[in-house]
Amino acid sequence: MKTATATLAYSPTRQPRPRLAGWYSAAWGIALMVALPVLAVFYLALFPDENIWAHLASTVLPVYVITTLELIIGVALLSILAGVGSAWLVTMYSFPGKRLFEWALLLPFAVPAYVIAYVYTDLLEFAGPVQGALRALFGWQSARDYWFPEIRSLGGAILMLSLVLYPYIYLLTRAAFLEQSVSLRDASRLLGCNAWQSFYRVSLPIARPAIAVGVSLVAMETINDFGTVDYFAVKSLTAGIYDTWLNMANLGGAAQIASLMLVFVVMLITLERMARAQQRHFHSADRFSTLEPSRLQGAGALAASVFCLLPVLCGFIVPFALLSWYASSYLDQLWSEDFLSYASHSFTLSLSAAVLSIALAVVLAYAKRLYSERRALLFAVRFSSLGYAMPGAVLALGVIIPLAAFDNAVDDFMRRTFDMSTGLLLSGTTFAIIFAYVVRFLAVSNGAVDSSLSKVTPSMDMASRSLGQSASGTLLKVHLPLIRGGLMTALLVVFVDCMKELPATLILRPFNYDTLATFVYQFASDEMLERSALAALLIVLVGVLPVILLSRSITASRRQSEA
Amino acid sequence: MKSSRTLLAAATLTLASTASIAQAANEVNIYSYRQAFLIQPLLEEFSKETGIQVNLVTAGKGLLERLEHEGRNSPADILLTAEVGPLYDATEKGLLSAVESDALNAGIPQHYRDPEGRWFGLTARSRIIYASKDRVQEGEIKTYEDLADPKWKGRICTRSGKHTYNLSLIASVIAHHDEAYAEQWLEGLKANLARKPQGNDRSQVKAVKEGVCDLALGNSYYFGKMLTNEDQPEQKEWAQSVNLVFPNQDDRGAHMNISGAGVTQYAPNRENAIKLIEFLADKKAQTIYADVNSEFPVRPGTPNSALIEEYMGNFKADEIDLNKLGPLRAVASRLVDKVGFDN
Repeated sequence: MKTATATLAYSPTRQPRPRLAGWYSAAWGIALMVALPVLAVFYLALFPDENIWAHLASTVLPVYVITTLELIIGVALLSILAGVGSAWLVTMYSFPGKRLFEWALLLPFAVPAYVIAYVYTDLLEFAGPVQGALRALFGWQSARDYWFPEIRSLGGAILMLSLVLYPYIYLLTRAAFLEQSVSLRDASRLLGCNAWQSFYRVSLPIARPAIAVGVSLVAMETINDFGTVDYFAVKSLTAGIYDTWLNMANLGGAAQIASLMLVFVVMLITLERMARAQQRHFHSADRFSTLEPSRLQGAGALAASVFCLLPVLCGFIVPFALLSWYASSYLDQLWSEDFLSYASHSFTLSLSAAVLSIALAVVLAYAKRLYSERRALLFAVRFSSLGYAMPGAVLALGVIIPLAAFDNAVDDFMRRTFDMSTGLLLSGTTFAIIFAYVVRFLAVSNGAVDSSLSKVTPSMDMASRSLGQSASGTLLKVHLPLIRGGLMTALLVVFVDCMKELPATLILRPFNYDTLATFVYQFASDEMLERSALAALLIVLVGVLPVILLSRSITASRRQSEA
Repeated sequence: MKSSRTLLAAATLTLASTASIAQAANEVNIYSYRQAFLIQPLLEEFSKETGIQVNLVTAGKGLLERLEHEGRNSPADILLTAEVGPLYDATEKGLLSAVESDALNAGIPQHYRDPEGRWFGLTARSRIIYASKDRVQEGEIKTYEDLADPKWKGRICTRSGKHTYNLSLIASVIAHHDEAYAEQWLEGLKANLARKPQGNDRSQVKAVKEGVCDLALGNSYYFGKMLTNEDQPEQKEWAQSVNLVFPNQDDRGAHMNISGAGVTQYAPNRENAIKLIEFLADKKAQTIYADVNSEFPVRPGTPNSALIEEYMGNFKADEIDLNKLGPLRAVASRLVDKVGFDN
């Protein structure tokens, strides 16, 4: 593969050169494969049982749309506040508990949204300990004697989702703040900015792509959440999708709502991209001057500690404590050998899906880099991230349709040709679940890998290629080592996401097959959280470990680059 | 490139090899909308008696579509559901096959099974009114229709009108009156609500206990589940604060729904599937199956559990053909939207 001609990696190529065509077609192949389920849902949308729009528009559609917008905006704002605020504090200042908060702020990420919703309902409803204590304290008798905020409400849903989703924003923003060259900030201070101005006018704009990716992930997670909104009786579009599908027996109509939601998501993301199209920052990943966090004193230090403590307390410590308490009181009834099998199912599925989706994301991101001028490819790569914005059960149907069609086609062929039946090869196997995970979470790995790779300056490619390395060699010897941190981050985030995934897992699983999440669902859906506490706790614990590793690797990456 | 290809190939191979494809000879495969812990004991009993291995997938939704798209190669023999809705939808899509079984026809009353034998009810439950012992006189509320009476203004609690239990009740009101009446009735009921519909059936009874409302709509079996709840003893108090009202005893009877099962169109183990449904409809299993969830056995002459005997002994059940209610659920769902019941 050695040649002396330097192919400028970022230059427009009219025809893919034969030796690079591999990357080009691999990226297309992956993008198409991952797009299949989304396309299947579009296909479903072509055959509604009846037109639902007249009915929806004249009745509940406005409520659905407004509620969904309120939900997304609420969760986005609250997550930005918690995520960006705490990321800025732990990066720029030192205050009591800072070292701890650096990684603890990621912990709520390990708690599934449906679990946190159950936990807080148990705590805050009338019969729960909080209101019980208040009644005992003030001598109130019934619910008519006093006012207490209703957890089962839009506000409650916003709070619950923000608590478990802000870590996305924290994670990406903190990485972005850490990567920023200190000299930029120093320059801004020398030019007369105070700390706030320097943050607002220099650091924040540079971190904006990362924040934007974080917010879009949070928004998509919010859009496809059903567990929480269903439990709190919040009338979002997703509730409308399930209502149309299950209660009105109109799957096509439901697919239409889901497809429209996707269009909406695409518009949002496109708008955001256009807004920052003019900004590009490269930095050659070396030579940072050491970041000296400024030491906070007195009230400032206390405020910073409290600000960072709140999300950790509400998003992790409280649910973890309650689950532990439930689990310990039922331990003898709960523990069985089966748990090891659920845990190992969860673990192997999630790990396979995580590794696979990172590998695919690398191929996509690198092909994008090599063929940055090819609009169609860029579009295909973006399209392949859409599975993330689809409600899980709908996506599961989108997975079933192409897999079952493939199975049945193979079976037909084998019957006709060899008079033997192959039955279902892929449907109802763990392959279907892993495929669904990859489709669903490719947005996450794509975002992380792509943003890491885009920070590597093109001069690296030029240097490597002019020294005779092939495209693949450049990726393996130059890029991958440089973006190791980003890859690790993506891997761990997708892993934890898969551990928590519920709706698609339920529908696609093989016979007699449980994961921790499906086991939790079995009892939680029947209002017996205490019986599923142990499994929920295991999801959290298995999720916590990668989260801690994640945080350490990010901190380490900073130290290495300082060395 | 090469190494990423290898990685992909390796990953795919590992996955394919871990895929478990059921291929034993003597077995039966179930797609169940009913939670595993409710049926597991009975399925184990069946395996013990017959030597037939039972394989199970449970989910809250989507299994119907899985069955449909898997087509003739689907491994599923039985669709087991927690209510009649999905059974009706499955027959509409032609996913269930007619079963001719003397044991089932003799053991299950006509109004609890499909006339063509495509599905069979196995347990029954009623949607009843839970009335506060303190604030509602005996005989003060007698019918579903009464719930729309303005005298109950601000005194009724219910879960979302979109929930399948409520849709099934609204569908039965449509069936016994007509759509226009049902719409008016629903508006009247909405005007009487003490709070926005929320939570589940149990939390409505809890709200009665807490004084938020005086009447609540709920499925009958939740009473048993609350009264015997050792995990959360406070639920016993909720149950003890209410009287059970089985509505419309002087006319059509209380609205009923069933959990049931049907044999799929392409069942690879059809014989075993029929055996299992017959087992579940048989005397012994009927007692256990109903008791697990505090439901009523469908088989006439099956002794009720002590709890049911004490609190729900003899009541008149609405015997309308459940297939009639099937297509009316969508109508009910649109009515709920129209009157803004959940807003």
